[in-house]
Amino acid sequence: MPDKVISCNNLSKQFGGFTAVNKISFEVDKGEIFGFLGANGAGKTTAMRILCGLSYPSSGEATVAGFDVYHKQESIKKNIGYMSQKFSLYENLTILENIEFFGGVYGLPRKDIRQRSNDLVQHLGLEKEAKKLVGELPLGWKQKLAFSVAIFHRPKIVFLDEPTGGVDPVTRRQFWDMIYEAAASGITVFVTTHYMDEAEYCNRVSVMVDGKVEALDTPANLKKQFNSDSIDDVFYKLARGAKRTGD
Amino acid sequence: MKQLLVFIKKEFYHVFRDRRTLLILFGLPVVQIVLFGYALTSEVKNIHMLIADNANDINSQQLIAKIQSSDYFVTEKAIAAYTAIESEFKKGSIKCALVLPPHFGDDLLHTGKAQVQIIADASDPNTAKTLIAYLTAIIGNYQQQLNVNNAPGYQIIPETRMLYNEEGNGSLNFVPGVIALIFMIVCTTLTSVSVVKEKEMGTMEILLVSPFKPIMVLVSKAVPYLVLSLLNLVLVLALSVFLLKVEIRGNIILLMLESTLFIVTCLSLGLLISNNTSSQQAAMLMSMMGMMLPTLLFTGFLFPLENMPKPLQVIANIVPARWYYLIVKAVMLKGLGFRYVWKETLILLGMTALLLTIALKKFKIRLS
Repeated sequence: MPDKVISCNNLSKQFGGFTAVNKISFEVDKGEIFGFLGANGAGKTTAMRILCGLSYPSSGEATVAGFDVYHKQESIKKNIGYMSQKFSLYENLTILENIEFFGGVYGLPRKDIRQRSNDLVQHLGLEKEAKKLVGELPLGWKQKLAFSVAIFHRPKIVFLDEPTGGVDPVTRRQFWDMIYEAAASGITVFVTTHYMDEAEYCNRVSVMVDGKVEALDTPANLKKQFNSDSIDDVFYKLARGAKRTGD
Repeated sequence: MKQLLVFIKKEFYHVFRDRRTLLILFGLPVVQIVLFGYALTSEVKNIHMLIADNANDINSQQLIAKIQSSDYFVTEKAIAAYTAIESEFKKGSIKCALVLPPHFGDDLLHTGKAQVQIIADASDPNTAKTLIAYLTAIIGNYQQQLNVNNAPGYQIIPETRMLYNEEGNGSLNFVPGVIALIFMIVCTTLTSVSVVKEKEMGTMEILLVSPFKPIMVLVSKAVPYLVLSLLNLVLVLALSVFLLKVEIRGNIILLMLESTLFIVTCLSLGLLISNNTSSQQAAMLMSMMGMMLPTLLFTGFLFPLENMPKPLQVIANIVPARWYYLIVKAVMLKGLGFRYVWKETLILLGMTALLLTIALKKFKIRLS
C-alpha cells in the first residue's frame, strides 16, 4: 500500500450559513499527480486553503504530509510548496536573488541554496539570464521558474493553483513535463486547472460540484463511468448540475 | 532569525532598485528643506518701499539713512511725488511708503513734534503689519537717538529679546515640521505601499503558505524603512544645520531616540493602512490624503493651533506629528532635556502601542 500524503475525511468548511466545502473525503498517494477540478465557486480554493494550512476546517479531519490541519499548520507549511495562477516571484529581483530569497524563507542553509540554485539554473538553461531581473523574462519562463522555486525546498507536496493560466500551449506542454519530472522524484502534485486537456495528464482527477466531490477516479475510468470520450465532457455533465455559479 | 535577514535583504533590493522610491526617499527631504527654507519663507526681507522726502533736511536724511541701513527695506527716494506713491502701489512695485512732510526737521526741532505718514499695502495684512512695525521701530529708534542730546521726559524703553531665535531665522520653525512631514511620507506611505504591493503581486500568498511567520513579514517590512528613515533624519539635520544655519541646541541622542519613536509610530500607521487596503493606489491615496494633509494642517508649523476653533484643536491632538513637532522644537531648538518632553513622549508611546496593536491584530494571517 502506497503512502497517503493527503487524506481528508468528511472535511467541511462553513462561512456563516454557507457551506463552501461539504464533507469531502479523498486520499492522495505519494508521487501522484492529483487533478482537483471544479467550476468557479465549487469550493476548490477553500479546500485547498485548508490543506495548505491557511485556514481551519469547520469539521471533519484531514492530514497533509502526515500533519493534522487543525494543530500542525506550521509543520504542514514546511512540507509543502505552493504556486498560484498569479505570477509570484519578485520582478525587480534577479533569478538568483529570487531563489535565494525563497530558499532562505524556507530556512535552507546558504551552502545548499547556492549549490541547488546553480543546478537549477543550469537545468532550466537560464545560465545567461541568472543575473537578469525576473521582470525581463517572458511569461512562459516566469511560470517555469515559479514552479521550480515552489519545489526548490523539496517539499513532499506541491499545490498548483491554475498554474498555466495565460500560458501558450507549447510552454504548457513543457510545464507539464516539469510536473512529471517532479512527480517522478517523489513530489506529490496537487493541481487545479480549467484546461481539461491538462486533466487528462493527471493520474487521478476529482471533480467538485457545489462543495462536494462528485467524482474521483483515473481519467480513463471517469470517461468510462460517464460514458464520455473526454474529461471535458465528464466535467460538463457534472458541472451542469451545479446550483452555485461564480466565485 | 536568518530568515528575517534574508527578508530584510530582499526589502533593501526593492528599495534600491525602484527609482521612484529612492527619489521619494532622498529627493523629497532635500526639496522640502530647500522649498521651505528659501521659497516658502514668511520672513520679511528686502521689501521695496518708497520714501517721499518733502523736507530734504538733515533730520529727514538721517532718518532715511537709518531705514536704508536695515536689511528689511530696499528704498527708493522721491521728492514731493505724492501721486507717484499711488501709482507705484497700483503697479505693485512697492509694499509700503513713508511720507515725510515739507518742514519735518523744523517741526521736530522747534515744536518738538513732527508727523510722518506710513502707507502699507494691506492686501497681505500680515506683511503690512510687520512692515509698519519695523518702520515704527526704526523711527522710534531715531527719536531716542535725538533725545539723548535733549533733556528727556519720562521714557519707557522696552528691551525685547527673541528667545531661542535671536536672529529671527524663519527656518527654525519649520525644520521640525518638515522632519515630521518627511517621516510621515516616507514611513507611512512607503511601508503601506510595500506591503500592499506584495498582496497585489500575489507574493503575499506565497509568503503566507511558507513557514515564515506572518508577523515577521511586517517586521521585515518595517526594519528597512526604519533604517532608511534614520539616515533621512541625519540628512535633514545636516541640511538644516549647514544650509539653513539652524543649530541643534539639545542632546542629539535624545533627538534621535525621540525620532525613532516617531518613526515607529509612522511605520505602525503604514502597516495599519496596508492591512485595510488591497491596491497600491488606495494605500497611496490613504496615506497621502489621510496622513499628509492632517500633518500639514494640524502639526502647528504652518498654522498656529492656538487660533483654531476648539473642535479642530481636539482633532489636532490625535495627529501624532503634532506631538513629535513639540518634542523636536523643545529638544532641537530650545535645547531642553527629557524632563520637558516626557509628557509628549508618553502620548506618542501610547499612540504607537495602540496603532501597533491594531495593526498586528488586523493583519490578515489568512487569505480572504
